[in-house]
Amino acid sequence: MLRLNGITKQFGGLTALEDVSISVAQGSITGIIGPNGAGKTTLFNIVSGLYTQTSGQVYLGETNISLFAPEKLAGLGLVRTFQNVELFGQMTVLENAMVGLHTRSHSGIFSCAFKLPGQIREEKTIMEKALKWLDFTGLADCADLTACNLPFGKGRLLEISRALAVEPRIILMDEPAAGLNSRETVELASLIRRIKELGITVLLVEHDMELVMDICESIIVLNLGKKLAYGTPREIQENPAVISAYLGEG
Amino acid sequence: MMTKEKRQILIFLFFAAAVLTTPFFLKGSYFLNVFVFIGINTMLAVALNLLLGYAGQISLGHAAFFGLGAYCSGILTTQFSIDPWLAMMLAGFCAMGLAFVIGFPILKLKGHYLAMATLGFGIILYIIFNETVGWTGGPSGLSGIPNLHIGSIHFDNDWNTYYLIWIFTLGVMLLSINLSQSRIGRALRAIHDSEVAARVMGVNARLLKVQIFTVSALLSAVAGSLYAHTMTFISPVAFGFNFSVELVTMVIIGGLGSIYGSFLGAAILTMLPELLRVFQDFDIVIYGLMLILITMYLPGGLISGLETVARMVMSRIRGKQIDA
Repeated sequence: MLRLNGITKQFGGLTALEDVSISVAQGSITGIIGPNGAGKTTLFNIVSGLYTQTSGQVYLGETNISLFAPEKLAGLGLVRTFQNVELFGQMTVLENAMVGLHTRSHSGIFSCAFKLPGQIREEKTIMEKALKWLDFTGLADCADLTACNLPFGKGRLLEISRALAVEPRIILMDEPAAGLNSRETVELASLIRRIKELGITVLLVEHDMELVMDICESIIVLNLGKKLAYGTPREIQENPAVISAYLGEG
Repeated sequence: MMTKEKRQILIFLFFAAAVLTTPFFLKGSYFLNVFVFIGINTMLAVALNLLLGYAGQISLGHAAFFGLGAYCSGILTTQFSIDPWLAMMLAGFCAMGLAFVIGFPILKLKGHYLAMATLGFGIILYIIFNETVGWTGGPSGLSGIPNLHIGSIHFDNDWNTYYLIWIFTLGVMLLSINLSQSRIGRALRAIHDSEVAARVMGVNARLLKVQIFTVSALLSAVAGSLYAHTMTFISPVAFGFNFSVELVTMVIIGGLGSIYGSFLGAAILTMLPELLRVFQDFDIVIYGLMLILITMYLPGGLISGLETVARMVMSRIRGKQIDA
């Protein structure tokens, strides 16, 4: 589904990622873990097109997406959420989700300005689909609120709804549980499982080990920019290299 | 409860009716003329608002597109005897073309850098208006521009000029309202709030910014062309840096991202100089003060203040009905 081939990223003299190769199976939930500074977010930024890698390739299915801009990736079905929640703060919750349908709609400036019949019909579909996704994440009640007024946990859910509205094949979540309380984390876990049931591949970076071990089928461990281990949650928990990376050696 | 959409249509119809009946309540051509200018300035403020209020991209050179429209129309009609309507269309295309070409390099810039680049663009065009004396008449201006006409109706008196300008203005407002409530409008506001997230959602931010810049330039040029054919005389002073700043002030005072706000801002800034005559050159101080006070205390512009008041009055009335 998603394949990274020897990704290296250097910022000046600093090597953030070194020869990282990863493959994410279609329809799976895969977790990326690692201590702070391991290069997890850098990896996401490269895959989602925000950064360009120094060397290596990224494949989505058979397509080489190494040099694709983020706006092009959305159309191909790759979408992400952000660690610090990047909502469109001044827009309503519903409008936020409707932006997610941008690539699934096509009316241009002319037909929008003149409200041509096709545009009116499309607008209706956009609204219905966006509402459907808000319903899916349990935000339908907040549809008319301004996004910046949402509590943090719901902001996270809105980001996920908006990403789902893109109708992605794969969704990258950057620390979806950060800042959530324990009840919200449990709800998040079940939401991620329901996303998987829709046939969407999930790749997440997460610090909450309980969540990762609970929902992920396979886990990638990064440490100091290198891939340290790959395996099932059980294998990772028993891997001595992982344990020493987390707990320190000796 | 009315749906949002129906309420918006009603508001627009009410606004249009108010505007179209206004001449019957105005005494004398002086006020009609002031309202013609309010119409032209509203068009310009709405055009700039699409860029500044929705997409969040500043332009300190928008008077240049206004001037470009005016001069294209003026030169084509006086020196090439082209029909004024055709000249207006060509003026629009010309501004669009120029905006599209300069849009790609300029709109890559952000914040102060974008402000500086658009400022420079405005000044360059201003210099061209002044210096190409053979075409534009230079500082002494270009006169004898013909009025627009449809068949035997010539738009040369106060009344029909008023309706000509305001039908265009209402058209521009309606199209902009439609645009702002469509997927394009949402994408623009998304760019404004978080360009990174907008791009990840598949919005081609770079292209869309250029497109809206182009549309904005087109509308400004059409306003410029109408101005030229209404005034029949144009000179560079009307298209300089001061007017660009005045346009930005209109948009901010009225309300960023509100089409009716742009009308409000345009109306106030058009009438204010008339009211502030007593202060002579100090009127610029009053503009500055207004801008400071509004950005500090009413960041949503006067329109948001009005909306708040209207909501309070409405809830007061509803409350009374429930009490009774």
